[in-house]
Amino acid sequence: MKLPLYRPDAANTTRYLFFTGKGGVGKTSLSCATALKLAESGRRVLLVSTDPASNLDEVLETTLTNQPKPIAGAPGLHALNINPVEAAAAYRERLIGPMRGLLPEAALRSMEEQLSGSCTVEIAAFDEFSGLIGNPETTKEYDHIIFDTAPTGHTLRLMSLAKAWDQFLDKNTSGTSCLGPLAGLEKQRAIYEGTVKTLADASATTLVLVSRPQLAALHEAERTSGELRALGVGNQQLVINGMFETKCPEDVTSQAMQRRSLAALESAKEFIGSLPSFIVPLRPINILGLGGLRVLLDGDDEVTCAPKLATEWTPPDMESLEALVADIERQGSGVVMTMGKGGVGKTTVAAAIAVMLAQRGHAVHLSTTDPAAHVAQTLAGQVNGLTLSKIDPSVETAAYQDEVLRTQGAQMDAAGRALLEEDLRSPCTEEIAVFRAFAREVGNGTDRFVVLDTAPTGHTLLLLDASEAYNRELQRQSRSTQPEAVMRLLERLRDPAFTRILLVTLPEATPVHEAAALQEDLRRAHIEPFAWVINQSLLHSGSCDPLLQRREEAEHRYLREVVEKQSTRTAWLPWQPDEPTGPDALARLAESNLLTPSSL
Amino acid sequence: MKTIQIYDPPMCCSTGLCGNDIDPALVSFAALLTQLSQKGVKVERFNLGQQPMAFVQNPTVKALLDKEGVDALPLIFVDGQMHLKGRYLTDTERETLSHAALGEGAEVAS
Repeated sequence: MKLPLYRPDAANTTRYLFFTGKGGVGKTSLSCATALKLAESGRRVLLVSTDPASNLDEVLETTLTNQPKPIAGAPGLHALNINPVEAAAAYRERLIGPMRGLLPEAALRSMEEQLSGSCTVEIAAFDEFSGLIGNPETTKEYDHIIFDTAPTGHTLRLMSLAKAWDQFLDKNTSGTSCLGPLAGLEKQRAIYEGTVKTLADASATTLVLVSRPQLAALHEAERTSGELRALGVGNQQLVINGMFETKCPEDVTSQAMQRRSLAALESAKEFIGSLPSFIVPLRPINILGLGGLRVLLDGDDEVTCAPKLATEWTPPDMESLEALVADIERQGSGVVMTMGKGGVGKTTVAAAIAVMLAQRGHAVHLSTTDPAAHVAQTLAGQVNGLTLSKIDPSVETAAYQDEVLRTQGAQMDAAGRALLEEDLRSPCTEEIAVFRAFAREVGNGTDRFVVLDTAPTGHTLLLLDASEAYNRELQRQSRSTQPEAVMRLLERLRDPAFTRILLVTLPEATPVHEAAALQEDLRRAHIEPFAWVINQSLLHSGSCDPLLQRREEAEHRYLREVVEKQSTRTAWLPWQPDEPTGPDALARLAESNLLTPSSL
Repeated sequence: MKTIQIYDPPMCCSTGLCGNDIDPALVSFAALLTQLSQKGVKVERFNLGQQPMAFVQNPTVKALLDKEGVDALPLIFVDGQMHLKGRYLTDTERETLSHAALGEGAEVAS
């Protein structure tokens, strides 16, 4: 499949551009590069970023605030950065601040936890940038306004329900809903309505779906595309970032990488063919400064095949996954969970641990949410002592939605039901549904090892904590719907002798920052991760491809950051030419260590 | 007509959807309140996470929060008189509440 290069040009670019995609696909770099390109062709451009762990200051060589600032070296380009975590914190403070001294500390703390969910963060950020879209006055001096994020379908639907708010918020007999966080916001409903309208206007707005040449990332883009299209956001483009074409045909690593990219595109060709699609070639990882941004879209000087660089760099202390397993097995039973953002290899790591434990003679149960069930499937009946099960988030979520609508929805009027249905489409719902399945599995870890590639977020765990006292009350009344597994879950997760949590990340900026945020969440719930696992490292890949060599070098700072700042123990896993499936490949992966990467 | 006031602990949705499980007591309570309000009972529901000022402005609620913390919630008042503290209603209690709110004899399905 041959796709054209992504080359934004001013004549064919709408006033508003939204870049959306999973963490780590390169939304921020691409939106910056697009903004720069348009500014350099004479347009006045405002770039709006909402990256919480922003390295945008570094990228643009300018310290950004939440007000537009001119970018030195790029006439016509202004940028601002809205930190969604700070926006949510400011929103929380608007509610909680006036209560200090008036309410007891415990009440303030529980308010704060309720307002720490992902809904609050997303909605607070959306509120900030609604002003820029829904109210044209604020941006009239710009030709293009470029956002490095886009609202989710959930947020958009809540915005579209704006008309129902009045009624809902006035009556409010059924308590609150996801509209709750909206109610406390300052901006006007008219602005939200204007925002929704602008997003649906194809002559004003383009949604740029950013993806990687990987199956999971392309599926995610397809899902987002369909959801937003159904909401009227129809002017969409797809940009596949990081297409790799090797310059070293004789090199195993780069060959395999190229093969994998092409295979991913091939299997998503129907989706790719359904909308204007472009590629951006893989570049060395550090896109820094305006020069770096130009390289992203325009390419670099021709680089040629070079022998392996003799690096002086000594990697920080990292173990093999096997070394972690040797420690885990001493307990004889318990729960092992791999956590991290999508696409970092949670399932692979969980499967490798399960195989190792089973091969060492333990009874092991591996439960995965792996949508394709590739990894788990290849293990069925292959390893003595290993049993498998699957948590399918969509099945669990559908069952849960159904249950709620049956019990609650039946007694509601049409408006109430519409709002309840929207609550049920919130990201919380899947989280909760999966959580219930998760609690079931954890309860099985008393007489064997249970290995899971899924885990509730810290926020969910804290809500669980808050509701524990209430659950005890229900149980006293013999009215509890909570199985014992749920009741004891938090206690079990907090017990380092029972539960081992592994944070999985790639040696790249966004996945490391997201894993660090996850660790913070867990710590707030008094849960301490056992170790970090760095997956798909190119270190020691021995590639002679100059591009891969530079990417390998770029890993150094993230490896150091994890080992020195984030973790107490770190396991290291090399990038694999082929997706590791089957017990042998998984065991080999787990045995790999820095000195003798056995896979290569 | 009577007034029912409810002071809920902080929560992001009435169903417990954003918590760890659907709470049937919360769901049927919400349904009861909807019915009562349709029959003309004035229902005021406050959530500590979103309307904290209401908790400060009611001296009884404020005093209980100071003394017992969030465990005192939810608090249910009928015409300013405390009806229930620290939990939601059982089936029989829901009936009692609807009688109290509507006046004897009126029936509300629970």
